Amino acid sequence: MIVERTAPAEEMFQVIHANFGSTVGDLTVAEPRMTARNVNVHYADKHAIIDVSLDIGCHEVIALIGPSGCGKSTFLRCLNRMNDTIESCRVSGEIRLDGQDIYDKNLDVVPLRARVGMVFQKPNPFPKSIYDNVAYGPRIHGLAESQTALDEMVEDSLRRAGLWDEVKDRLQQPGTGLSGGQQQRLCIARTIAVSPEVILMDEPCSALDPIATAKIEELIDELRQNFTIAIVTHSMQQAARVSQRTGYFHLGRLIEVGKTDEIFTNPQHKLTEDYITGRFG
Amino acid sequence: MGTENVPTNLHIDNFIMQSTTLILILLVLMAVAFQLGCRRAYNLPGLGCICDLHSLPVYHGFYTAIWCGVPALLLLGVWSSVQTPIVINLLMDDLPVMMTAGLSQAELSLVLNDIRNLAYGNITSGEVSRELMAVADHYNQLQQTGLAVQSVMVILLALITTALGWRFISPELRARNKVESVLRWLLLISSTIAILCTLGIIFAVLFESVRFFEMVPLTDFLFGLQWSPQIAIRADQVGSSGAFGAIPLFAGTLLISFIAMLVAVPVGLMAAIYLSEYASQRLRTYAKPLLEILAGIPTVVYGFFAALIVAPMIRDSAAQFGVDASSESALAAGLVMGIMLIPFISSLSDDVINAVPQALRDASYALGATRSETIRQVVIPAALPGIVGGVLLAASRAIGETMIVVMAAGLSANLTANPLDSVTTVTVQIVTLLVGDQEFDSPKTLAAFALGLLLFLVTLVLNVIALRVVRKYREVYE
Repeated sequence: MIVERTAPAEEMFQVIHANFGSTVGDLTVAEPRMTARNVNVHYADKHAIIDVSLDIGCHEVIALIGPSGCGKSTFLRCLNRMNDTIESCRVSGEIRLDGQDIYDKNLDVVPLRARVGMVFQKPNPFPKSIYDNVAYGPRIHGLAESQTALDEMVEDSLRRAGLWDEVKDRLQQPGTGLSGGQQQRLCIARTIAVSPEVILMDEPCSALDPIATAKIEELIDELRQNFTIAIVTHSMQQAARVSQRTGYFHLGRLIEVGKTDEIFTNPQHKLTEDYITGRFG
Repeated sequence: MGTENVPTNLHIDNFIMQSTTLILILLVLMAVAFQLGCRRAYNLPGLGCICDLHSLPVYHGFYTAIWCGVPALLLLGVWSSVQTPIVINLLMDDLPVMMTAGLSQAELSLVLNDIRNLAYGNITSGEVSRELMAVADHYNQLQQTGLAVQSVMVILLALITTALGWRFISPELRARNKVESVLRWLLLISSTIAILCTLGIIFAVLFESVRFFEMVPLTDFLFGLQWSPQIAIRADQVGSSGAFGAIPLFAGTLLISFIAMLVAVPVGLMAAIYLSEYASQRLRTYAKPLLEILAGIPTVVYGFFAALIVAPMIRDSAAQFGVDASSESALAAGLVMGIMLIPFISSLSDDVINAVPQALRDASYALGATRSETIRQVVIPAALPGIVGGVLLAASRAIGETMIVVMAAGLSANLTANPLDSVTTVTVQIVTLLVGDQEFDSPKTLAAFALGLLLFLVTLVLNVIALRVVRKYREVYE
């Protein structure tokens, strides 16, 4: 005889919750876009991410902060399986996008990465024209049915990235000829051209001057209307300015997560407090 | 290229032996001087510790060794180049009047030549008179004395300058700086030698080509469709028209190079892409050196591989289809040359593909591109200038390649585009024109220089283009 062991949802939640004991604060949200549960990442012998669980809500900007080498970029790269390109990297645990397991063996990473886009630390436009940079994604995914549709897509993406007015007269010039801030906005335009649901940003402003940074931050705030954004940053001011929720990573663990203003005004964990008040890091 | 005034082997032998011995002695002396210099620097009177010296003792050693060696070597060089002219001058003054009276410059030099030939025990142009014998003996004597004096002078100079250098050593002596500047000169001279040699080769080829073009019009050479360099010695000789049209040779060269590139470029490029983008690190560490072994096989081995295995195979399989193929075909030579060039292209392409920043690949993957899309649309375009540079380098290698085509492509200068025919190339013709005993005043031999010049120009242009492209590539990501 088989004993049915379906526990009530409430109880289940508690059980799961108990496992996340190491993280202070509420890591869940009411309307999650992505959910990560008990994620562990190993690089060869190095245990880079230890038991991290985190929800990323719809239309929110979540900032991941922490000292260098704490695993925040690694965690970010797990969310669209960019770690697959690193030979020695092993990921375990569960990450879901809209309820679908993205580490499922049958899942194709191509549509996944089209849904979860990424902007990198250093602006990395292709050595192609500005137009071709933005059109790259729509072309490989066959999103545009005609040249006019593609033109519109490129223009729309560049407009949303706040770059259109600066480049509309030189779309055929190489993207590498733009300034650093423009290059980064070009990379953002390139990412949103494939209409992702989530945009991962890995220290997108660390190579930019303050004015270019301000423009990108403004842009992030606008993009929040249409996209979910997870941003890794070293600048706590930036995290405070652009994000609604903040997670603090330390030595591969997610120490604390919560509403940004609460984290910065009233951190619960000693490590978070030390980092935010500048005692180390 | 005349034979007058060329010292005979015997003389050169004598001379080289003497110089080698002298140089060896000088090296030993320099080693001793080095030791002496070091010692003196250590034991300088009134020296508290080594740190009181401006330079380390070892530099004082080098300093003394340089003083010992350089002036003596210079003297040796100068002496060696002026001894023979001086001896000949002395000889001319001493010649009996009856031997030189009423002789023209040319006849005089003939007499001189006889004297020297006699002195070295070679054959002379005419009858040997008693006077001539005496003069030859005198000449030998003068040369011997010259060499003996040279040895004494060189060694004496080395000893004097060593003593001088040794005396110069003092705590304030900036020996290190002086040694450095001598080194700089040494390096400068070395690089100058390389450049001068290149220039010398170019001018040698250029002057001989000019002589050729005095006999055969430039237009005939550049645009002629017939190559038949044999020139009739007798009027009734057949098949020796002496036509010097280079077109069939260059057509053959291009045909074979084209076939070779057709093999090498796709295979090499795809191997490079596999190794750099798909292969695991482990496979890469083994496969890359293995592939590069191909580059280490001597071309003569490729040559007989082509002539003995590939060419008969092509002929036989062509026969199966009822096609007539020559047993020495452009296809065989081209295929094997292509195999030879694979590591060239794969190795160079692999390097430039690896130089494409990982950030670009990440950007493409993050947009949902697959691996092959990324390679086709991002990696290859970014690496293209470097790949083109590699291909051009391989092409100039193919055009200049000799051994494989000598053995596998044949000698008949057919103007054809059929790869199953036998064709010949520029390099093959140069080899056949110059192998064996040749006279250097017939258009036949001089044609080799004209071909060489043209070939040199073609490969030079290709290399310049390749270097330009490669340089441009370097600027892309910096």
